[in-house]
Amino acid sequence: MGVNPATDPKKTTHLFFGPQHPGVTGNMSVEMWFDGDQVTKAITHVGYLHRGFEKLMEKRLWIQNFPLVCRICVPEPDINEECYALAIEELAGIKVPERAKWIRTLVLEMARLAMNLMAFGGQAGTLGLGTGAMWGITFRDFILDLFEELTGARVYHIYIQPGGVRRDLPRGFRKRVHLVLNKIEERLPEFDRLILNNAVFKLRTKGIGAVKPEWIEEYGLVGPVARGSGSVRDVRKDAPYEIYDKLDFDVVTETGSDIYARAMVRRREIELSISLIRQIVGGIPPGPVATKLPNLTEWRVPAGEYYSRVESSRGEYGYYVVSDGSLKPRRVHVRGPSYVHAVPLLERMLIGANIADVSNIMVSLTTCPPEIER
Amino acid sequence: MKFTDVISPFLAWSRAAKKADTIPYPTQQNPGADRYRGFHINDTSKCIGCGRCETICENKAIDMVKVEGIEPTKGDSGLRPVVDYGRCCWCALCIDVCSTGSLAFTNEYRWVTEKPDTCRYTPGVDKKAWDNEEKGYRQENDVLGWAGSPREEMTIEVPEERIKTFDEVVKGYTVQQAMDEASRCIQCGLCISACPAHMHIPDYLKAIAEGRFVDAVKLFYDNNPLPEMCGKVCTRQCETVCAMGYQGESIAIRWLKRFACEQFESLADVLALEAQPGEPNGKKVAVVGAGPSGLSAAYYLSRKGYEVHVFDRYEKGGGVAWYAIPEYRLPAEGISKQMKVFEQAGVIMNYGKEINAGMLKKLESEFDAVYLAVGLQKPSSARIEGEDLPGVRPAFDFLMNSPEKTEDLKGKTVIVIGGGNVAMDTARTCVRLGAEVILSYRRRVVDMPADDEEIHEAMEETIDFRPKTIPIRIEKTKNGIRYLYHEAKMVPNPKGGRPSPKPKDDVEHAIDADILFSAIGQTSDIEFIPESMQKEMELKWGRIIVDDKQYTGYKNFFAGGDITPGEGDAITAIADGLRAVQGIVDRLE
Repeated sequence: MGVNPATDPKKTTHLFFGPQHPGVTGNMSVEMWFDGDQVTKAITHVGYLHRGFEKLMEKRLWIQNFPLVCRICVPEPDINEECYALAIEELAGIKVPERAKWIRTLVLEMARLAMNLMAFGGQAGTLGLGTGAMWGITFRDFILDLFEELTGARVYHIYIQPGGVRRDLPRGFRKRVHLVLNKIEERLPEFDRLILNNAVFKLRTKGIGAVKPEWIEEYGLVGPVARGSGSVRDVRKDAPYEIYDKLDFDVVTETGSDIYARAMVRRREIELSISLIRQIVGGIPPGPVATKLPNLTEWRVPAGEYYSRVESSRGEYGYYVVSDGSLKPRRVHVRGPSYVHAVPLLERMLIGANIADVSNIMVSLTTCPPEIER
Repeated sequence: MKFTDVISPFLAWSRAAKKADTIPYPTQQNPGADRYRGFHINDTSKCIGCGRCETICENKAIDMVKVEGIEPTKGDSGLRPVVDYGRCCWCALCIDVCSTGSLAFTNEYRWVTEKPDTCRYTPGVDKKAWDNEEKGYRQENDVLGWAGSPREEMTIEVPEERIKTFDEVVKGYTVQQAMDEASRCIQCGLCISACPAHMHIPDYLKAIAEGRFVDAVKLFYDNNPLPEMCGKVCTRQCETVCAMGYQGESIAIRWLKRFACEQFESLADVLALEAQPGEPNGKKVAVVGAGPSGLSAAYYLSRKGYEVHVFDRYEKGGGVAWYAIPEYRLPAEGISKQMKVFEQAGVIMNYGKEINAGMLKKLESEFDAVYLAVGLQKPSSARIEGEDLPGVRPAFDFLMNSPEKTEDLKGKTVIVIGGGNVAMDTARTCVRLGAEVILSYRRRVVDMPADDEEIHEAMEETIDFRPKTIPIRIEKTKNGIRYLYHEAKMVPNPKGGRPSPKPKDDVEHAIDADILFSAIGQTSDIEFIPESMQKEMELKWGRIIVDDKQYTGYKNFFAGGDITPGEGDAITAIADGLRAVQGIVDRLE
């Protein structure tokens, strides 16, 4: 590649960061030019992970896409199933039973909790604090155990379907949810002592990786990235889906605009998810968990288009689904928040950053490359 | 930043003295959850090889293959799923759509092998360590209902109304209902093997589901020239093997066939170029009997270019299927609609020509081949005392004679003996003519050979069912007859088979009635075949034994339908006609 024409080539270091670097979020890379150890220019490169999800979906039956969409996001697959199911339900006019809505919300919050535990610990991991990352993964595994019990699968659950969910809660499940939540809550202070009250963590995150509040509108930032800079955007509150309008919660927001603030948002989101899960588990009404669907191999979803959106752990996440009334979707477009976070925002944020802070900044955005290249 | 911030991270060391969160593998192993999606198991005795798992698998991880020791039968393709674990993603769609619920996951997820080829195996056939594992992701069809659904309800006239007239009982589907019902088909094709005529059932169901009714009718006529009749009175062996029937209700294949035919005023116009005589090949075939079997043979032979003459003793075509089946099941207006197709296809009809021995000889010399499809014409005898009294009549003759126009049974008491479809037709016709009807049958209701639907509808129509009644004799009374019977008990048959009825005691029960209809079956009447010919043919119980192409063994004579041993229903007769076409073509070329 070459030379950054903006600066003198003799004084510039040219570096590729990723895709194999452990500090990079997922399978992407950043090409950077340095003046000393300061970044002068950054370009995000994607394309290492393109599996053609959107095109593949046009070749499969409506129901066959459920095992596919979840693979767009490993740590939090359920948002994909939820978005896709919401769109099909809207197009086909399928009513979801009340109990199924509660169970879906439970699944979505459990996935968010697992994701935030991993992302919060992972933030420490980028600073060499491996213990934090390990603890995050461990806590996430407790939730995966719950998923295994509920859905039969640990990572890709393929559990949400149009018209409800595929299985009812197992006997004694609510009790075990409480036990896991208690265990996590019990350990959270230890987590705080290790990460938030850590001198190194504070020094490396406070005042670094600023997301200016005016960028929120300019780039269309969402999720913890925007909420760390004072935004109160949250689809769960702004356009409640499933049963979020029946739950009692406040949108988590911080004003620090830096990495610390975003870590803090995730830390508080963990508590919020725990509170929401407790509310859901206490209030699940009895009833059926699925609506009867037509013959799946001959199912023609009526023609139409719909944009469904949910709040993922990274912000607003949407599916634009078009049906021409045939056995397969005509077009499915996945709109993930990582596109703006990882490409224009990251390129701008990195300018002036220290070389040692690059992965720290990247991880604070928790970008997810499969959302960028569907 | 505070000074404690320097100290606090080191407090994490306190965990070193506590129990670890992780599991010390391999000394301690984590079993899969009760619902875990591990390796497949398949109950091969329950599996019918419908292949729905293969269809739904988006990774093409499942293939249906022939398995040693499992032979294809009616309703079982003989194929079983092979799972390739190099492709499987454990989405469990195959489990949830399995039509019989035979396929399941165990909660076993550990498997170490040096042979990668074994990672593609047939669950249930290739023995694995987890075959008897009881836990794992299993189908819960009561939750999802993906593996079976109820059929679209057919509107049927209420019993109080329908006994007043001879109007059709079944009202038929609306277009939307028919399309919804047809779209329940999973296209497994098991029904094709069960249908004697091997009709293209999945294809025409798909055509109906997509609203292509013309295509559906054309597909019917590919191997059944009487689809409207079959759509109303077929014994529907296809529905008994339907994969959707295992955990739901089988698809209403018969009603859908009826629906597609009823969409058109004229079937001949729909078929247009398809129902035309073929290029004449100069050969002549005589068909004796214009019933389903004879008409089928005639239609396809004519389309192949043969000059086909059909002879029948009645004034209209259709045979027993049309004459004897009452109006409320099969209205007459459908007859001419279907007969027009035969005319358009060039079949030459000779009605009112009773064939006797002399004429058969003449046919033998004038035609290249003769197809005998005369059916069963002679009512069986009940062999009971008083059978020849006036007032005791054969039910078959009664039905053949358009009873709705010729009979009046108002205020009369009628006894029908028998448990087959003719008995039901007679009893229900008599109810409509104003009679009070008692139906006597030797065995239990479950043993009755009539269609379940017929029995059920007859019961709804105030017919007094007297199962387990053994006739003793019939006596003459001042105004009519007296029917005497023993009550029966069922004695198990030591040789196996259904239990036989024996008199419970010596008590003679009596019913006074005006008329008694005997509906205990028909037998063949082969007197029209000259003795010299009969000697050359193989006969058994008055029926002609034929080979797999309906050949009788005598010159160019073929036979089919009820005159040969078989199921005795219309679709079997049609299938015989199709085979005879092949036999005749083979023999004449």
